[in-house]
Amino acid sequence: MAWRKLLLPFALLGVCAWAQGPTYKMGRTPSADEVKAIDIAINPVTGKELPAGQGTAAEGTKLFVSKGCAGCHGANGYGGRAPTLIVPKGFPTGAGKGPEKIPNLAPGMEMGIMGPGLMAVHAPYAPVIWDYINRAMPLNREGTLTPNEVYAIVAFLMWKGEVIKEDEVMDQNTLPKVKMPHLDMATESPIWKPSSKRVTGYPY
Amino acid sequence: MKSKPTNRRGFLKGGAALAGLAAGAVQSVKAQPPDTFLRPRGTSKEQIAYGERSKYVTSKREPAPGRASPDAFGLAFHIGTPLQDQIGSVTPSALHYVATHRGAFVPEIDPKEHRFMIHGMVDRPLVFTMDELMRFPSVSRFHFIECAGNRARTTHKTVQQTHGLTSNSEWTGVLLSTLLKECGVQSAGTWIVAEGAEEVKGNSSIPMTKALDDCMIAYGQNGEPLRPQQGFPLRLLAPGYEGIFQVKHLRRVKVVDRYYWTYNDYGHRRSEAREAALATVWGPKSVITFPSGGQKVAGPGIYEIRGLAWSGQGAVKTVEISMDGGKSWKAAQLKGPTYKMAHVAFGLQWNWDGKECELQSRCTDDQGSIQPSLPQVAKYWNLPAGKEIRVKGLDNPIHPWKIASDGSVTNGMA
Repeated sequence: MAWRKLLLPFALLGVCAWAQGPTYKMGRTPSADEVKAIDIAINPVTGKELPAGQGTAAEGTKLFVSKGCAGCHGANGYGGRAPTLIVPKGFPTGAGKGPEKIPNLAPGMEMGIMGPGLMAVHAPYAPVIWDYINRAMPLNREGTLTPNEVYAIVAFLMWKGEVIKEDEVMDQNTLPKVKMPHLDMATESPIWKPSSKRVTGYPY
Repeated sequence: MKSKPTNRRGFLKGGAALAGLAAGAVQSVKAQPPDTFLRPRGTSKEQIAYGERSKYVTSKREPAPGRASPDAFGLAFHIGTPLQDQIGSVTPSALHYVATHRGAFVPEIDPKEHRFMIHGMVDRPLVFTMDELMRFPSVSRFHFIECAGNRARTTHKTVQQTHGLTSNSEWTGVLLSTLLKECGVQSAGTWIVAEGAEEVKGNSSIPMTKALDDCMIAYGQNGEPLRPQQGFPLRLLAPGYEGIFQVKHLRRVKVVDRYYWTYNDYGHRRSEAREAALATVWGPKSVITFPSGGQKVAGPGIYEIRGLAWSGQGAVKTVEISMDGGKSWKAAQLKGPTYKMAHVAFGLQWNWDGKECELQSRCTDDQGSIQPSLPQVAKYWNLPAGKEIRVKGLDNPIHPWKIASDGSVTNGMA
């Protein structure tokens, strides 16, 4: 028995060291460049993963046409087959269905205009728009826009949405500082504890 | 004639052999070679290499109502599973519902080329091949997946339309906790962002508590590799969470220190915390699949009312059935084991007297949550009562089916 008592602390130490290190020792360590190439998820508040580059609304106005955005979203950002990005002044907005409010909106595409404002400026933080366009646009040519082009298109949409001025330059420093108008419309998903009810006090 | 398998002689011999077996006779090893009647017929390559269902079984998926699939761009969007035809608790893989991010392509991914990376706030970022992932200790678990768009409406005719965007499979893979421990999560890492390899690189924010509890990196579905429409070669399972969290074609998990407002999160944003919570995890839910809308009860007599029940909070505890529009309830029989966050089939004997009636089912889960009626939901949220209200969060009210005296079944919401 005595030798067991003596060994016990050492055995526990061994378990702790084992728990902190890898157990199976599989997989390889990615290079910094490899991580950088794949890491397109942008911190919405700090924008820390945003790449170098810059763009303005004037550049974005041209790119909106030349990169094909207008082809799907409409020449003016509405009325195309794809979700509405820009609601023209004078058009009622709100939680209602789109087609009666926005001209020529394709059926099923009203999802883009939920709530007041524009789809693009619904984002609670500006880097969210950058992330969205950079990863998923344009259709069939996703991931082909350069950082400068993404900054410029984001600047164009936010200028049209009256969030920034026409001459403001968007880059990795200025973009995260833009105050978005609908922060109060967006609640972050709560941390749900497994084996518990979804909402305390909710009977269903 | 010589190779025709269904001649009368063969039929008679086969019949005799069957009769002998039924009587308990032992067939002599010296007997004639087994008759063609006893062998499976059909010798096409398709029948041998990968079995097909009977030509008499024609159950099929269909685009979910509300948004065309293929959509205006020719892309797949949401496709519903034929729950009215399902037998048992597991959805056949070929009939599993499909939902894509924005009308998406299903990518063709060579599993030999596919890589899965874990990085961010970890001590050891790692990249795994599919072969390496399969060397880790595996788990096989039954879980349902259900799309947030699975909302019953008054205009829906069938259960495929009201509830077809949920399916249940046995998923096989590695627990995400196993891989995260391998990488050493840093104390600041409170969330993960899981990202797919398809054209939009759809990604979702999931709390680390969930990631370490029961999230799975799955490569198998019902005894096979994942179907391409279900995320081949690798997908995330976040059991009980709404469908969009179950990231398909998984290429990386990034450990981060906050909710990231990702592509997927952004599209499903809510303005109120309570609603956001109810929009993340499914509550207790059930639906009767027989008799259901569009079917016909043949006439008075004995039937088994059948359906499916599930909950995103845990396992199904009880299912009750009402045959009088919710006035009284009887306990249904659960058909098989009740797994956490999994469908379970239920049934109850029903002696239909041929009179009009309304059938409902109600699920209670192991957290004590009870599937609500539509009026109960309206009352809780202080919404005007109506035939169709938009349930806050995910849609899980009791669903009624009306049986007419001629046996025809219609949506009781209408």
